[in-house]
Amino acid sequence: MNNAAYIQLFKLAGPEMLIALAALAVLLVDLTLMRGAPVRARRVIAVLLTGVGGFAAALYLLQVPLRAVSWGGLWAVDPLTQLVKLGLVGLAVLTAVLSLEADYTDHVGEHFALLLLATVGLMVMAGAADLVLVFLGLELTGLSLYPLVALNKAGPRATEAALKYFFFGALAAAVTLFGFSFLYGLSGTTNLAGIAAALRGRGFDPLLALAVVFSLVGFGFKVAAVPFHLWAPDAYQGAPTPVAAFIASGSKLAGFFLLGRFVALALPESGDAGRAALFTPGWVPAVAVLALASMVLGNLAALAQRDLKRLLAYSAIAHAGYLLLAVLALNGAANRPAALAALVYYAGTYALAGLGAFAVAGHVERHAGAAALNHLTGLGRRAPWLAAGLAVFLLSLAGLPPLAGFPAKFYVFAAALNTPHAGAVSLGLVVVALLLSPVGFYYYLRVLKLAFVTESEKRPAGPDAPGNSPQGGENRFGVETAVALLAAAGVLGLGLFPQWLLGPLQAAVREAGG
Amino acid sequence: MLPWTLYLSLLGALAVLAWPRRWAGEARWVALAFALAGGVCGVAGGQAYRPGAELLTLVRVPWIPALGVEYFLAVDGLNLPLVWLTGLAAVAGILFSWNVTEHPRAFFALYLALIGGVYGVFLSFDLFLLFFFYEVAIIPKYFLIARWGSTRREYGAMKLALYSFAGSALVFLGLLALYVNAAADPGAAPLDLAALARQPRDPTFQRWVFPLFFVGFGVLAGLWPLHTWAPTGHVAAPTAASMLLAGVVMKLGAYGALRAGVALFPAGVTAWQDVFLGLAVAGILLGGLVALVQKDFKFVIGYSSVSHMGFVLLGLVTLNPLGLGGAVLQMVSHGLIAGLLFAVVGRMVYDRAHTRELDELAGLRLARRLPFAAGTFVLAGMASMGLPGFSGFVAELSVLVGAWEARPAAAVITGAGIVVGAAYIGRALQKAFATEPPAETTATEEPEKLEPITLPERLGALLLLAATVGLGLFPGVVMDYILPGARSVLAPLRAGGI
Repeated sequence: MNNAAYIQLFKLAGPEMLIALAALAVLLVDLTLMRGAPVRARRVIAVLLTGVGGFAAALYLLQVPLRAVSWGGLWAVDPLTQLVKLGLVGLAVLTAVLSLEADYTDHVGEHFALLLLATVGLMVMAGAADLVLVFLGLELTGLSLYPLVALNKAGPRATEAALKYFFFGALAAAVTLFGFSFLYGLSGTTNLAGIAAALRGRGFDPLLALAVVFSLVGFGFKVAAVPFHLWAPDAYQGAPTPVAAFIASGSKLAGFFLLGRFVALALPESGDAGRAALFTPGWVPAVAVLALASMVLGNLAALAQRDLKRLLAYSAIAHAGYLLLAVLALNGAANRPAALAALVYYAGTYALAGLGAFAVAGHVERHAGAAALNHLTGLGRRAPWLAAGLAVFLLSLAGLPPLAGFPAKFYVFAAALNTPHAGAVSLGLVVVALLLSPVGFYYYLRVLKLAFVTESEKRPAGPDAPGNSPQGGENRFGVETAVALLAAAGVLGLGLFPQWLLGPLQAAVREAGG
Repeated sequence: MLPWTLYLSLLGALAVLAWPRRWAGEARWVALAFALAGGVCGVAGGQAYRPGAELLTLVRVPWIPALGVEYFLAVDGLNLPLVWLTGLAAVAGILFSWNVTEHPRAFFALYLALIGGVYGVFLSFDLFLLFFFYEVAIIPKYFLIARWGSTRREYGAMKLALYSFAGSALVFLGLLALYVNAAADPGAAPLDLAALARQPRDPTFQRWVFPLFFVGFGVLAGLWPLHTWAPTGHVAAPTAASMLLAGVVMKLGAYGALRAGVALFPAGVTAWQDVFLGLAVAGILLGGLVALVQKDFKFVIGYSSVSHMGFVLLGLVTLNPLGLGGAVLQMVSHGLIAGLLFAVVGRMVYDRAHTRELDELAGLRLARRLPFAAGTFVLAGMASMGLPGFSGFVAELSVLVGAWEARPAAAVITGAGIVVGAAYIGRALQKAFATEPPAETTATEEPEKLEPITLPERLGALLLLAATVGLGLFPGVVMDYILPGARSVLAPLRAGGI
């Protein structure tokens, strides 16, 4: 490889480089300059550095438009990937701000550096155009997130959560790699577009079906789709809340974007001959089953939850099911741009609402010891802004206007109904999704009922009880409130004016699709 | 000017929220000012529309071009009277909430947000926008009932919210199907209601999609047997909220069923006519019979709403202009009358006597102690029975004649329903107001003085009474708007172009 190629690489991977530099800077500054400083000051400095890195990367993404250039076929840079990376950087910065209150650890430098490295991994996932790089992105993200989950060393749940997350992740990675090897064996290339070209028109092939199903395991794990979801409730509950917020938002957005691109780029479409057409490429039935199982199990299991973070985990599983409908809609070239735009819009708005909801959960957890649902009682009076934010996030997740979840749902379902060659399957899945939506509405509304309606008649005694916490002053305007309000403004704005995001998104998809 | 009904209500909600906490008690004046201003805008703005004219576009700008959705507000003969009704009901509801002291700012903000959603539904001519406002209204309803309600309020509120949302899910499916179907034809705005109503659509498609819209919206209009949220919700709600629920919100469902169901799917209505005629008649008759045996005064009114909304649904599927026009007039009329009845029961009687059990009320000699309440209830009851001179008479008669043209049997059974309606109002009137307690108790104790009926209550009651009597004597005031609108809705069917 000559010098020109390296310069090209630096140009294309500029944002990732900036974030990685920020990670190193955070680590270095924390270990040298800030040594011995109070933990809080170290966190402030780390957040500032993260913010600077994120800002620089965002500026680069906005100001240096590189279009459809590919570095040796490994790396795709087009307006769509840039837009998604912008979203990921934004989510990472919000997570870093939330981590200002991460008083469970004194490994400040490691904390923020790992967060930034995970962001780099997510950005690599978003830009990968080659199986090797896809795997690299998945692993970089995973290996940065496992220790982040375990960072709260004092919490017994955190260790369990991290172990569970790690074991499931490692297993999923192994199976995915196995699937990738089949894909390589079948097509003779690791380039996504090359795979699609080699596989096109092969007809039904059991080996291909096996390869696809194995490959999907890793993605299914990343996006917490049933039956690869088992880690999610424990990890969400046990992980420090900012980390859980990042897993629920950034990891989800990048995971779904990667899955969408993988399906759209590497896997062949259904042929148009007869009933078996759906099965020829192998992935349509697999994704349909994942979608159905995720929607049903996520929604029903969420009903039984008594902890806000677990409830959000199961609702995340249900939403993964809805998002898989958009993935399904990628089958068919005519429908592809709309389906991809719908997927990114839904995943993006979901990520914003999910992050906000975790910010509120983090606040409750800090003041009451745990994010149990009954600790939310009276939140509307104790912390009105935060509670209002929670209402915005949960109602958006339920898909109510005027919030972003409503147009997102409409767009995804409309794209799913437009899927060619899978009309009955998609229609069935959309019907199931809509039949389950009152269930989702019920458990979200139950949370809001606790926050706004139920009167806390008697305050339980003890230091863990809400309102009696040693920190006191719960209505103090903390970082959680700030992040929640920012996210709520975004969710409301994108609900009232979906065009703000949908317009650029559709333009980017058009240009990228070229 | 008409769009300002919507904007003023939403601005009012924000203004009440931003109102200083120190003067929270005076927030009701702010709310009243905004509701009045909205109502005035509705009436004044309506003057621009001549009865029988074509659709009058108020605002039409692209909203979500990516989805082909427009921000499209317009009026025709069918929604204008409902806009007027909303203005009246909004003002009257605030007058009857004058005594809300618990978190008044939040109460009035939610109330005005609900009103805004209602105006939005009535004025929208893009189906996506209509559905948007329709769902916006769910959350204020829930919190108004769950926070400020009475009997089993959390249960009633949750039931109402879930029923509404489940109905919405059906509508959502229909909306998606229509969107995908209409987007297949090249067109700028696939969900423009006016354009959709003109396009011919495949009859098989219509047969599948029409029931989604009719049942989905019908849930909120008290379509039997999905009406059970209505009595519990109405009873649990605070007075103003039950006035709004019965007065306007149920009309949202009926209006949606008309605008997105009957108007868009003529072949679908024809196919399903007998089923929905049957359900509407069942609602009228069974709602009335159940109202006849209730022990709680408010439940009587709650079930009577189901019965009267049955007339609306019946009129919608008669498929003739008189029946359809009668249905819209019945929406207006029932909006006024139900508001009045709930005001008497919830505010005038319950807030003072602290009971709604008819048997307990019988011992209180309310007719003597609250003569104004008794008088109002007598007049409202007469209107509810459908006596001539009140709006209910014209509306229910039109629906009956329309039903007779469609299916004489339906009209005959509905006639029995009217008799039942007279019976349950009579029974409630007799028990609550006209019963003298047994002689021994009257002799021993002089009952404590009840708080007299306040000025806002009198004003609110007179406002609604005047409107219902006015409509009864001069139905042409709104019928001139409604009938041409109904004819144009049915035009594709009459032309055979289904």
